[in-house]
Amino acid sequence: MIEENKEYKQMKIGRIKEGTVIDHIPPGLCFRLINILSLERYNNVLSAATNLTSAKLGKKGMIKISGKILTEEEVKKVAVVAPNVTMCTINNFSVSKKIKLTLPNEIKKIVKCNNPNCITNIEGVVTNFGVLQESPLKIKCCFCERTINKEEIKLK
Amino acid sequence: MLKNKDLISINDTTKEELRYILDTIKKIEEMDCSNLCNGKILGTLFFEPSTRTRLSFESAMKRLGGSVIGFSGDGSTSRKKGESLYDTIKTVEGYCDIIAMRHPVDGSARLAANSVIIPIINGGDGANQHPTQTLLDLHTIRKSHGQVEGLTIAMVGDLKYGRTVHSLAIAMSLFNATIYFVAPQQLQMPKDILEVLDQRGIKYYMTESIMDVMDKTDILYMTRIQKERFPDPVEYEKMKNAYILKKEMLTNAKSGLKVMHPLPRVNEISEDVDDAEHAHYFQQAHYGIPTRMAIIALLLGVLE
Repeated sequence: MIEENKEYKQMKIGRIKEGTVIDHIPPGLCFRLINILSLERYNNVLSAATNLTSAKLGKKGMIKISGKILTEEEVKKVAVVAPNVTMCTINNFSVSKKIKLTLPNEIKKIVKCNNPNCITNIEGVVTNFGVLQESPLKIKCCFCERTINKEEIKLK
Repeated sequence: MLKNKDLISINDTTKEELRYILDTIKKIEEMDCSNLCNGKILGTLFFEPSTRTRLSFESAMKRLGGSVIGFSGDGSTSRKKGESLYDTIKTVEGYCDIIAMRHPVDGSARLAANSVIIPIINGGDGANQHPTQTLLDLHTIRKSHGQVEGLTIAMVGDLKYGRTVHSLAIAMSLFNATIYFVAPQQLQMPKDILEVLDQRGIKYYMTESIMDVMDKTDILYMTRIQKERFPDPVEYEKMKNAYILKKEMLTNAKSGLKVMHPLPRVNEISEDVDDAEHAHYFQQAHYGIPTRMAIIALLLGVLE
């Protein structure tokens, strides 16, 4: 196995001029984030790496999306699936904004209730979930009061 | 304390609010309140049919001196024409001062409450909540046992799908109850309710036999087991008789035990129980009137 060093990591996922970098992605969530951000068909440069060595996490993933700044809604989706990742906005090869995501107390609009008889699935109502427990994530629909565990969460 | 608020879910209600409502019910029973709601109109929006709940809401408002408009069943309403619940509620808001509604969809009452300014009382939203039933259950318990605190209650039957027992278990957990859950394994109390009981340090036990709890419990809360809940009809046939209460089963009952049931019953309480001193379910249904009177009066703010 090749020893990973900073230089080699940079080679694996090259720098981007403008766009977004999502770092410190817990192992296994890299492709899920690509999926929820609908980046499978992204037509600019997208680099993703998994199982990079991380001092904090042991292993981590990283995604670099060239030419795209995530919308507020997309950032919230990322926070639900992978809270605690670091998100950087890149401007002219340098970091112009860096935030560590945290889970909001209320999750509005982005999650679909998985109770088919919930009013949010029947009338055009903006969904709203309260966070009951952060780890493992457990949320509760503010309308039908159904509790949903992390693995059952469906994003809109 | 509750003026202009809504009553949507027992999960939003604090112990103080429950006590306050129970005290108001008692007050209502003892006072002349026939003019309290003069000039006020209750809208009863029953998007699915109901006998007890709708009639007792209407009776409650009339006993407060108010009047009632409304409909029952969705056949005659604009819903049939495709109108959304939101539009119906926004329209009816202008016709009355308070709304009691029942709707087959979970969360519909919350949507209604979020949409209008006037108070909404949830009379049942699908499989989710039916808080006035829980309040009348608590009032019944208080009347028969003098208090709600520290009692032992056994809930029997379909505990998995029964919204009545879910809400009652949550409410009783605020009053330091000991709870027995009597049900076949596949219809036992859902995990999320048990987690709340655990968090609140409530003692609860599970059993498959009614006879296990007969000499221990102050309240025997019966519910119906529906055949449709069993994927295998043979399983249903095997156990259905075990959850039918007969008079002779009450021989060893704890002194003062009261049998409750949200009604309608089908066959889960044998008719010979009706004249036993323990039978309390018709009385329980009658308490729906003062309970709903108190809720209407409090939300309208005509009683403090």
